[in-house]
Amino acid sequence: MAAVSIVAVRKVFGATEVIRGVDVEIADGEFCVLVGPSGCGKSTLLRMIAGLEEISGGEIRIGGTVVNRVAPRERDVAMVFQNYALYPHMTVRDNMSFALTLAKLPKPEIAAKVARAAGILGLEALLDRYPRQLSGGQRQRVAMGRAIVRDPQVFLFDEPLSNLDAQLRVQMRSEIRELHQRLTTTSIYVTHDQIEAMTMADKIVVMRDGIVEQIGAPLDLYDHPANTFVASFIGSPSMNLVPGRLGRPTGDTARVHLDGGGTIDVMAQGVDGQRVLCGMRPEHIALTTPDVALAGDVVLVEPTGADTQVVCRIGGHSVIAMQRDRVACRPGERVGLMPDAHRVHLFDAASGSRLAA
Amino acid sequence: MNTAVRPRIRASAEGMGYLASTPRRLVTLWLPLSIFLIVLLFPFYWMAMTAIKPDAELLSRDGNPFWVANPTLAHIKHLLIDTAYPDWLWNTVLVSVSATFASLVCSVLAAYAIERLRFSGSRYVGIGIFLAYLVPPSILFIPLAAVVFKLGLFDSRLALILTYPTFLIPFCTWLLMGYFRSIPFELEECALIDGATRMQILWRIVLPLAVPGLISAGIFAFTLSWNEFIYALTFVSSSEVKTVPIGVVTELVEGDVYHWGPLMAGALLGSLPVAILYSFFVEYYVSGLTGAVKE
Repeated sequence: MAAVSIVAVRKVFGATEVIRGVDVEIADGEFCVLVGPSGCGKSTLLRMIAGLEEISGGEIRIGGTVVNRVAPRERDVAMVFQNYALYPHMTVRDNMSFALTLAKLPKPEIAAKVARAAGILGLEALLDRYPRQLSGGQRQRVAMGRAIVRDPQVFLFDEPLSNLDAQLRVQMRSEIRELHQRLTTTSIYVTHDQIEAMTMADKIVVMRDGIVEQIGAPLDLYDHPANTFVASFIGSPSMNLVPGRLGRPTGDTARVHLDGGGTIDVMAQGVDGQRVLCGMRPEHIALTTPDVALAGDVVLVEPTGADTQVVCRIGGHSVIAMQRDRVACRPGERVGLMPDAHRVHLFDAASGSRLAA
Repeated sequence: MNTAVRPRIRASAEGMGYLASTPRRLVTLWLPLSIFLIVLLFPFYWMAMTAIKPDAELLSRDGNPFWVANPTLAHIKHLLIDTAYPDWLWNTVLVSVSATFASLVCSVLAAYAIERLRFSGSRYVGIGIFLAYLVPPSILFIPLAAVVFKLGLFDSRLALILTYPTFLIPFCTWLLMGYFRSIPFELEECALIDGATRMQILWRIVLPLAVPGLISAGIFAFTLSWNEFIYALTFVSSSEVKTVPIGVVTELVEGDVYHWGPLMAGALLGSLPVAILYSFFVEYYVSGLTGAVKE
């Protein structure tokens, strides 16, 4: 086990800079998730930690040692690939013992380690099968088993669940999480799925276009997104962002005049007349009558069973409100939208960054 | 039996079903196929027939030329006892196996380096190897003869073992490059993280997965060297180091006298090993040419 530090790391492919100065500190035993839309550089960063991509600038340290020039096999990391990368010509047992055989461990020790990992993952019955004889979930487990037997400093996961169907994905998600609680090995996990990030991580690193947008615990990112990108990326359905103008602040509250008409009182500081984006999470908007709150026209009602999403229009902007209870309103109806004033986020319209509360 | 239960299948109603009816299959499939087979197999039939036909029958104008009345093993016996044919066969085996083996070793290393190590200029090396393949042996044998002579290898088996790779390596390298490309590179990255060196990856991951490709490259190389004519004709002159293709035409044709019986017997015996080799590996051979590693 070891801490991982990423200091001012850059990656250049020809003329394009795909990672533009990233700093992340990952503590020993932490489960860190790199998340972002595709093409944001998260997989490249992971491959640089693994040693599969050269580091164009900056420094990566594993357990205090700078590994910029260290070969992948000397970094003592294990990686789980998106398509599992199981060796098709080897049995599950051989797949799992491959790294140990290369390390020239004594045979009984290899057998013991493989048996232990197989026990943890419930693979005992499959040890003599070939990868092609396994289902997707089983292959996924073998890929993890191959990482576990090595007992490495760091686990690296590159979108390991994206080839599984939705149900299995949820199941494997909790299995990986449980496994981490049991082994407490430092883990770095790449995904584009914010729900995976939220449910699994101790620490989330949100990336976009090769830079880090925000680093923090899942609920910190949810409660205090640093900018509109993080705000709309974390949370599902994503945060409503309605443009408006800040009125004169009074005490610690300010009044926002929304462009579509209507005002909201917000706990935030800002300059009088500043252009802002008013961020309201769908789950923090209550439905009332139009005379006491923001008036909106219902466009669509989407029941999911557990809750109901009501899509409304305020001025020209579409706003989603999520209701725990079943709602009786119909498209075309006029309703009142009442955001929770303590949970409204304000962002500067020009820079997109959060205005201090 | 209730005949109404059995539905009449009208496969010709749609799609590829139009091939299903017997008369249509006859025209579209069996007829072209049989013409093709006859054209292809007749020379072999003629060769086999002549090899066991007594001289009297061979030279007579009577009787059916496509059949043999009194088959004899005299030609084969003559070939094996009165000529150096066993030596030629042994030379051919020795030269083909050594040249094939040497070419495969070089080609595996070259193909892997070009395809996966991606060193600077690897593309040009690949193209260069391909260009070497485009120079026809019928031109290349002249400068090669000078090289062989200067190296003191003239009239030795080694001359052939060393010159055959000049056309085998480019061929095998390109075939294997295509095959290596079909192996997912994540497997190698995974092995790299697992602690394997490049040679270990090649030996334990890539080669086991490339077996069909290796077999088809091997068979191709073996056949090409088995049948090779120009280099063998030029670089070798003594009877005891000749290969089968050369021995048969240089020693069984005296002036304008063609000893058809032994000639055909020699050709027949010479083509059997390759045919047997093919029949063993034909499945690998096909999958080697079509590529693809299935997980």
